[in-house]
Amino acid sequence: MTSPLVELKDLTVDFPVGGNWVRALHGVSLTIRRGEALGLVGESGSGKSVTWLAATKLLPAKARIAGEVLLDGRPIQGLTRDQMAGVRGKRVALIFQDPTSSLNPVHRVGTQIAEAVRLHRGFDAAAARAEARRLLDRVHIPSAARRIDDYPHELSGGTNQRVMIAVALAGEPDLLVADEPTTALDVTIQAQILDLLAEMRRETGMALVLISHDLGIVADITDRVAVMYAGRIVEEAPVDALFDDPRHPYTQGLLAALPDVGGPRRRLTAIHGQVPNPAALPPGCSFAPRCPAAIAGCVTAIPSLDAVAADRRTACFRARPATSLEIAA
Amino acid sequence: MLGYIASRAFRALVTILLVLTFAFFILNATGDPAILILSADAPPEAIAAFREEWGLNAPLWKQYLGYLWNLAHGELGRSMRDGRDAWAVVSERIPVTLAITIPALIIKLVIGISAGIIAALWRDTWIDRLVMAFSVTGYTVPSFVLGLGLMLVFAVQLGWLPAAGADSWRHAILPIVTLGVAGAAVLARFTRSAMLEVLGQPFIRTGLAKGLVWRAVVIGHAFPNAAIPTLTIAGFMIGSLVAGAVVVESVFAWPGVGRLLVSAVGNRDLMVVQAILLLVTVTMVSANLIVDIVYGFVDPRLRTARGGLARGGT
Ligand SMILES: Nc1ncnc2c1ncn2[C@@H]1O[C@H](COP(=O)(O)OP(=O)(O)O)[C@@H](O)[C@H]1O
Ligand code: SF4
Ligand SMILES: [Mg+2]
Repeated sequence: MTSPLVELKDLTVDFPVGGNWVRALHGVSLTIRRGEALGLVGESGSGKSVTWLAATKLLPAKARIAGEVLLDGRPIQGLTRDQMAGVRGKRVALIFQDPTSSLNPVHRVGTQIAEAVRLHRGFDAAAARAEARRLLDRVHIPSAARRIDDYPHELSGGTNQRVMIAVALAGEPDLLVADEPTTALDVTIQAQILDLLAEMRRETGMALVLISHDLGIVADITDRVAVMYAGRIVEEAPVDALFDDPRHPYTQGLLAALPDVGGPRRRLTAIHGQVPNPAALPPGCSFAPRCPAAIAGCVTAIPSLDAVAADRRTACFRARPATSLEIAA
Repeated sequence: MLGYIASRAFRALVTILLVLTFAFFILNATGDPAILILSADAPPEAIAAFREEWGLNAPLWKQYLGYLWNLAHGELGRSMRDGRDAWAVVSERIPVTLAITIPALIIKLVIGISAGIIAALWRDTWIDRLVMAFSVTGYTVPSFVLGLGLMLVFAVQLGWLPAAGADSWRHAILPIVTLGVAGAAVLARFTRSAMLEVLGQPFIRTGLAKGLVWRAVVIGHAFPNAAIPTLTIAGFMIGSLVAGAVVVESVFAWPGVGRLLVSAVGNRDLMVVQAILLLVTVTMVSANLIVDIVYGFVDPRLRTARGGLARGGT
């Protein structure tokens, strides 16, 4: 295994909501190794975005963040906001859900790519423009020479997401965090963008964190998947192992809700209920009210994320030997 | 773009005509120039002669058509008070008004915009609250109250500045400050909300995610976007350079266009009122048109929408 690139250790985030602190992230620990592709999956509101916005200091200043973020083994959570600017784009790049509103409407797309090129590679204006043009080619935007002077509103959502990827590649980052990069796009375009992300990763060797509410999206292009629920990671496993043998009832529920492309037809069974509001988490396991496997002990203690095999972790009382269950109950 | 400007110019012309027509009939319906100018106790023969001289005996619609006919020939008519050319009476007042409204505009823009930006960047801190308190006071207190208050303190109590009149540049200070403070308050509030709106947009986060420092994101990404709505209100302020000082001119007895308007309406000195209205609507409408054209340069989305430059998506 290659060395860890980014490590999140016991990351917690609290937001001030109506005079109280509400915990949105309850101690998330995650390791991204150089060049690997990790999928981060969970229903909307489970804390996926907050995890990476906290790690890169992009949350609003009022949010309280605790825990450790290590980059190449060195802690970076002590950096000031401006010092973090040296990490963002250069070491860790991010792209977001809605590509068109993620681009500045009054600047040409070429200018927005060139801005990142100049910032991270010290090019002059002409060289940065040439590089922006080259990046547009690399993300397969047809007639890049003309598109470079277009504004975001003149381009489709899919093309804008390609532009966002070009902006992200401009700094030659070691990690790209793609937060629901295809959620706002048409299905056919989604597949193209995922292909592009996989291709860019192969070409550059950068690591990828692909965030999605849809397990099906991450299946093809990631090596490992972490499943989040209510501000915690509840299961983490290599992608094949996760699909073949999901251990956590929440993961099982997510899989059951996937349309089974090509395979035998089975009924889609959505998990009933909703992700709890962080301000009103149920006692014990946060998933207990929705969990078909819940037992009495599930509402009295919170299951910790423990190794259930050499390369996988699960946070569920029923996914481990009976002894720990008895202790918890 | 040319077609767009032409259609805007046509609409502007219709607006101006409506304003002039409306004012013509309202002024005639609400007072008799002969009595108001000569006074009610003037001998009936004098009033009849006055009516005859100014054509006031003709039916109103005839007077109106005559007015339009003259207007179409560039004749704005004469003042019924002293028989002078109405445009000459009005135009000599323009520089007097601009002498206070232009400095006030500069104060509005400089103080209003920077205060709004600062409040937005330091949102929910004491700085923000201070700016907002100033702003709320500035636009809730009517300008005649503000003007009288300043006059009371700086002219009457402290005796630092003259209270009224226009004999020296020192007379201009209180009117300028009154106008400037009120406008800056409005602009500060407007700029603040424009900035907050823009700072909440996803592309601001993209700027930070790229590796730009906060200052660079604010200057390079927030300002150009926040300028777009701020431009509207600034354009409106430019449009009201000649007419926006009616109240303040009256309070400080500043002999500009606004004060002339008040006395001309009082006298039903029709042609002078109409000349002022024409001047005011033309400046307002042209300021609007200019803002609209500038918009097109600042906001590429509008340029595409109206210019036929659209290339469409890919
Ligand atoms: N700025 C914020 N203030 C308060 N609560 C927030 C803020 N940002 C996110 N949250 C809350 O944190 C939780 C996790 O949100 P998020 O990470 O965006 O979910 P996901 O990306 O998994 O859909 C949600 O309950 C959300 O309401
Ligand atoms: S701990 Fe209990 S409630 Fe939670 S997922 Fe496991 S079985 Fe369900
Ligand atoms: Mg999210």
